[in-house]
Amino acid sequence: MQLFDFSDYGELIPLVQNSLIAGLLLGLVGGLIGVFVMTRDMSFAVHGISELSFAGAAFALLLGFNVVAGSIFGSLIAAAIIGYLGAKAKDRNSIVAVLMPAGLGLGILALALYEGRAANKFGLLTGQIVAVDDPQLFWLVVICAVVLVSLLLIWRPLTFASLDAEVAAARGVPTRALSIVFMLLLGLSVAASVQIVGALLVLSLLVTPAAAALRVSKSPIVTPLLSVAFAITSVIGGILLALGAGLPISPYVTTISFLIYVICRVVERVKK
Amino acid sequence: MRAIDMLRMGLDGHKFGLPFYSRSANKKVEHILGCVEAFDLAGKRVGELSGGELQRLRVGQAVIDEPDLILADEPLSALDLAQQKVIADLLDQERRDHNAAVIFVTHDVNPILSMVDRVLYLANGKFRIGTPDEVLRSEVLSELYGTPVDVVRNQGRILVVGTQDHDHHDHEEWN
Repeated sequence: MQLFDFSDYGELIPLVQNSLIAGLLLGLVGGLIGVFVMTRDMSFAVHGISELSFAGAAFALLLGFNVVAGSIFGSLIAAAIIGYLGAKAKDRNSIVAVLMPAGLGLGILALALYEGRAANKFGLLTGQIVAVDDPQLFWLVVICAVVLVSLLLIWRPLTFASLDAEVAAARGVPTRALSIVFMLLLGLSVAASVQIVGALLVLSLLVTPAAAALRVSKSPIVTPLLSVAFAITSVIGGILLALGAGLPISPYVTTISFLIYVICRVVERVKK
Repeated sequence: MRAIDMLRMGLDGHKFGLPFYSRSANKKVEHILGCVEAFDLAGKRVGELSGGELQRLRVGQAVIDEPDLILADEPLSALDLAQQKVIADLLDQERRDHNAAVIFVTHDVNPILSMVDRVLYLANGKFRIGTPDEVLRSEVLSELYGTPVDVVRNQGRILVVGTQDHDHHDHEEWN
């Protein structure tokens, strides 16, 4: 078996054009929202949301609905539950831990009942490259645009509320409304990411790049920019490498993003 | 987030949009950094600050937007004597410069005694209000506590002591 084979690379690139566009968008959205996931201490919640997103997508696949819509549906339900019941960090972990296997189990049930192409099934869990068709890409563009615009709009108060909730509330920041909006945006981002990297590995896009960026930067401007750069490098690099191998993209994406994180930790150590 | 970013949030953290570079904002942040003697902390991560350093910056964050009313609950509690003076002076300066009212809750009136216009002295579930010279007197506080106490003045400082074996703050301790 070959991990890399670039002999017919030129002919393959056009096939994944949609995936590359989707990857760019996801890198941008994932890198930005990841910074807030880190500062709000919600890494585990991201994983919980992605499992329910997977369940939604799997049922959509089984019942013949739009997979992206199913994925969004699952995501938003999970985000709403976690946002509503898990306002306190202490409660949140247990709620996520309860939701996660429930979502995964439902998703596996739906996949087991599905009789279509096996690649579709596996893709939802571990990601896929060529499977982004035009209507799917359209959905992704819409989701990413909504998340991006909303995030930029609430950027400053959300930063304030994430880093210093009590002082922000005292200063008149609507912290509760912001946290609901953030959960919705997070749900949408997760649903979009599931399409590309798969439900199991969403963290590599929504958490790892931001975690790496926070290791090497403390500036509120440099950190999100670095995070986006790391996320885009991971997705695009992952897609291009996976293309040469004909394997799922997720091992490549996760390995790149993990290596970036390791390098950032080393850089941090050396700087001190 | 660094110390300067925290100060900047006190200025415009509640507004929508992105925290764009702003010369006037940076100027104010720099001014407040000077007021709380925190130039050396400017680039530090907020999470790495000590309790006293954080408290100084918090006071700076509270006054950077020139509020009309400053509510300060034990703002000197985690600070050493030199830092207490820095913060007390800053609050005093702020109220004079921007005509702000300051309500200052404290167990020890001495660090701010020269700046206080009126004292609301709470003890025993009762209170007395007035200028420091009206309230901080032996006969007034003796009546308030319901037991004889002496108010001793020495070099601009005030000491409240029980004349008998009496712990005048016993209701506030160890609960």
